Amino acid sequence: MDKMNKKEYQKYAEQKVPKPTYFKNILFAFLVGGTICTLGQIIRNSLFKFGLDEKMVATGTSIILILIGAFLTGIGIYDKIGKIGGAGAAVPITGFANSIVSPAMEFKKEGYIFGVAARMFSIAGPVLVYGIGSSIIVGILYLILTKGR
Amino acid sequence: MEYLKAFLVGGLICVIGQIILDVTKLTPAHILVIFLTSGVLLGAIGLYEPLVKYGEAGATVPISGFGYALSKGAIEGAKSKGIIGVFSGGIEAAGGGIAAAILFGYIMSLVSEPKTK
Amino acid sequence: MAMKRIGSQTVKMSNPPSIIGTASVVGPKEGDGPLKNYFDIILEDDLWGQESFEKSESKIQEEAIKLAITNANLSPKDIEYLFSGDLLNQIISSSYTARQLEIPYFGLYGACSTMAESLSLGAMIVDGGFADKVVCATSSHFSSAERQFRFPLEYGNQRKFSSQWTVTGAGATVLSSTGNGPYITYITTGKILDLGIKDVNNMGGAMAPAAIDTISQHFKDTGYTPDDYDLIITGDLGLVGKKILLDLMKKEGFDLTNNYSDCGIKIFDRAEQDTHAGGSGCGCAAVVFNGYIYKEMIKGNLDRVLLVATGALHSPIITLQGESIPGIAHAVTIDNLVV
Repeated sequence: MDKMNKKEYQKYAEQKVPKPTYFKNILFAFLVGGTICTLGQIIRNSLFKFGLDEKMVATGTSIILILIGAFLTGIGIYDKIGKIGGAGAAVPITGFANSIVSPAMEFKKEGYIFGVAARMFSIAGPVLVYGIGSSIIVGILYLILTKGR
Repeated sequence: MEYLKAFLVGGLICVIGQIILDVTKLTPAHILVIFLTSGVLLGAIGLYEPLVKYGEAGATVPISGFGYALSKGAIEGAKSKGIIGVFSGGIEAAGGGIAAAILFGYIMSLVSEPKTK
Repeated sequence: MAMKRIGSQTVKMSNPPSIIGTASVVGPKEGDGPLKNYFDIILEDDLWGQESFEKSESKIQEEAIKLAITNANLSPKDIEYLFSGDLLNQIISSSYTARQLEIPYFGLYGACSTMAESLSLGAMIVDGGFADKVVCATSSHFSSAERQFRFPLEYGNQRKFSSQWTVTGAGATVLSSTGNGPYITYITTGKILDLGIKDVNNMGGAMAPAAIDTISQHFKDTGYTPDDYDLIITGDLGLVGKKILLDLMKKEGFDLTNNYSDCGIKIFDRAEQDTHAGGSGCGCAAVVFNGYIYKEMIKGNLDRVLLVATGALHSPIITLQGESIPGIAHAVTIDNLVV
């Protein structure tokens, strides 16, 4: 098979891959993501009614949504939501929960220490590392930029 | 009315993610890190705040909102506790969510099994 | 002097070994597909009472091997060599099966090309006078492959249209120095070809060059043409790989349009079962060969088949290190008549 060089073949093979159903994917990402965020809004409003302040409401909403994402993952529904919603299921905080709960469930076979606990953050780890890491840099920059005043 | 705004803002943020997924070779893991750090940066320079004011949950529920909360926390920590606050501030803001994820993840692993597709 | 070599990559059997028994064991999804009536055992669930998917895969392979041996009217003690492999790290499904069967064992790693690889080596060892009865087997399992190569089962990812579905199944073939066929007559062993595809969601594209190379070489070495076969069937190129193969084989001067198929495309109903580009995994070629192809040959609907199982020889780690996906394809001619 020497009639095509590597670069030509790569381009050729790429062309043969069926294109995603762009419109359908975008539509469902919008609908699923929007729905989850609206659910978050309902939770937010309910928590405000209990008289909690902004900070408590924000954390409380996160916790409740994470519980919902964890539960839907546990009963085997979140993967179906993800299949249809794509980024609409991955981007909300429920997707973060799914990315932690699914490996926790999967790797139970390898035990509770080396399986569940060790592998729980195998997908979500980067979120913690880059999120916390970049927040520290932001904090340091803030200090540097305001020290002069 | 705010439900509609939350739906629109949240939906649009997810659409951006979907477009990146479909057009590039990036994976969901890349999207999460990009959105998260964008949230941190935009939050730091004050550009995410208006989105939160308008969309509320539509801006705080996506992972970019998590980033926004982290950078806000780090800055507040810096303001109140200086350099120590820089380290602890972000985690303090996000801690509730992380702790919840750990606990619920563990509980789900105790009570459920992954299902065959 | 290697008397049985013809051309550069092919050997011709001087006393073609006969297939005297086969078996195929599949999971529920495969047992619900277009080939369901050809499989010997269809499981109701893919754990089969075991504690993990890996252990289940081992049991599936073990039962397929035992059933093939029974179908050959033999017992495991009669078998002189076991050739098998699978997708898991350290090919544990095969090794733990071999532990149970106590047959002298050669463990193989050819990824999804393992069925043809095991048939090749098994046939050569019989034709070489080193054994009278051998078993060639392989297996794969959707859930054990997903957790090693991709994502946890409950993770909400969206699969691409070029992605393939790992088959849950095991197939086994018993080869003998005496029998009434079908016979293994020619073996063309593939070289690894890597044209730089890095997309793990496009295995068909990654493996097609190897299939094209091996099949072309087979024709050049033997002097046969595509029309000399009732069926030329690849292991798991899938819908994307098929397009590439047919197109580029034409450029090599071989038109396969009339008698080409792919095990990955045959095993699932794409529309009903949502399997995107088709089935994949070692078990794919194994169950389609030991179920469908063998039974059609016994009936006389197929007399001469070229089985070309294709494998992608990467690993998750090397892919993260930026390497591309190398492919390999092994071809085996199975003929109802001794040439």
